[in-house]
Amino acid sequence: MSGELALSLRHVSSGYREGGIFRRGQTYEVLHDVTFDVRHGEILGLVGESGTGKSTLARTILGMVKPGRGEVIHYTKRPQMIFQDPYSSLNPAYTVGWTLEEPLRIYGKYSREERLRRVRDMLNRVELPEECLSAKPAELSGGQRQRVSIAAALIQRPKFLIADEPVSALDVTIQAQILELLQALRRELDLSFLFISHDLNVIYQLCDRVLVMKSGRIVEQGTVDEIFDHPQEDYTKQLLAAAE
Amino acid sequence: MKQKWNGFLKAGLFLTAVLAALVALGFFWTPYDPSAMSTGPKLDAPSLQHWMGTDQFGRDIFSRVLQGAGATSFIALCTVATGAAGGVAVGALTGYFGGLADEVLMRINDALTAFPSILLALVVISILGPGNKYNVIIALGLVFIPSFARISRTAFAALRDVNYVKSARLMGAGNGRILLVHMLPNTMSVLLPAVTIGFNNAVLAEASMSFLGIGVKPPDASLGYMLSEAQGMLLGAPWYAVSVGITIVLLVFSVGLIGEGLLRRDKGVG
Repeated sequence: MSGELALSLRHVSSGYREGGIFRRGQTYEVLHDVTFDVRHGEILGLVGESGTGKSTLARTILGMVKPGRGEVIHYTKRPQMIFQDPYSSLNPAYTVGWTLEEPLRIYGKYSREERLRRVRDMLNRVELPEECLSAKPAELSGGQRQRVSIAAALIQRPKFLIADEPVSALDVTIQAQILELLQALRRELDLSFLFISHDLNVIYQLCDRVLVMKSGRIVEQGTVDEIFDHPQEDYTKQLLAAAE
Repeated sequence: MKQKWNGFLKAGLFLTAVLAALVALGFFWTPYDPSAMSTGPKLDAPSLQHWMGTDQFGRDIFSRVLQGAGATSFIALCTVATGAAGGVAVGALTGYFGGLADEVLMRINDALTAFPSILLALVVISILGPGNKYNVIIALGLVFIPSFARISRTAFAALRDVNYVKSARLMGAGNGRILLVHMLPNTMSVLLPAVTIGFNNAVLAEASMSFLGIGVKPPDASLGYMLSEAQGMLLGAPWYAVSVGITIVLLVFSVGLIGEGLLRRDKGVG
């Protein structure tokens, strides 16, 4: 693994402001002084209980929430996101073929033939049959939908992706298949991931390094072996004990 | 799994198709010239020659109803189109962007909703001038905007933070593309039933306005205008009012069936 970086966060604090146009809003800070790097080609896990700000972190990285302080530095173009719920991440009004072609219509000047060629190629990579192209999301299983979501996220050829609990809505057997697929895609397409999960088993299987987050702060980070075998912080030990 | 067809939808589409065919026929051909005053019997009861009888000038009521239904449908369709287009535009912008424009537009919307719609239409008509069917369309269309705006605002606001919309934004889709291509098709399940209900309200509103004498004027004849005419002869020639009235009921009923069918299809019940 080279020393190149895919993403850096430097002292990022971020949060929400409540209130309307007639009331002065109160700001709730969710993230406090978050600093970490995602190295090129790695899968960086992010664990923590629900409500610790994992999703806010994802939204901040992707620019859906502006950081209050600090900076988010992207070293790659057009980062994408794979969402937890494969039911709401695909537009129910359109076929899979349309959904996969749409990102190429939005960005880049491809001919129709070139778009279709890329769509077919991506469909092969996520191991879906070509019949899926004319199917609506409602006709697909959860696992198939998540494959389509992954294909849609990858079709603009991003190098860095955030996966927000991408397997936690799926059956255990399907989970394993999707995790394998992500591993394979990382190798083939040279991707870096920030992989958000509350499931330590999934993190252990998939990730190279892990961030442990508590109440909006990164309390510990290290390689998977370091974190799982020699946890330093009490909170990490608690998490591991709970997952036994 | 959503059922594609149900009894309401089938019956509604069938009835509407039959009526639409009759109305379309009325544009090109009617048994008699609808405005030709004949030397034949005046205020004649329904017979084989005149299915709905004749009016005070000896004109064939069936021919006039065919043409009047056409005029009424045309006005109702244009009204709903105006109301829906304006309402969806307002609703989409306020629901999607929120903020100050949302607050301001929705308060105006609330204020407009507070007036009885016929009163509001009256105000618009008195500004534009009565007796022209296009003024009726503009007046009723404006009156219809608030309800469509409210319905579509809710639909668009609910979709704003859905994952496929977020992901379209990440892919770099512009706001216009997100609103029209990614969101609009998913609001149809809410909008289509509203359109059918709106069509019915428009038919009735046009009839009321013409009945009150602020709708269309001769030589244009809508069903509402004919009803107001027939009212004066209710005792002498009841078939006039009844046949016009039944036509209005049929029109509203068949389109109402479609609306009910669409609603039931979305809720997944029989």
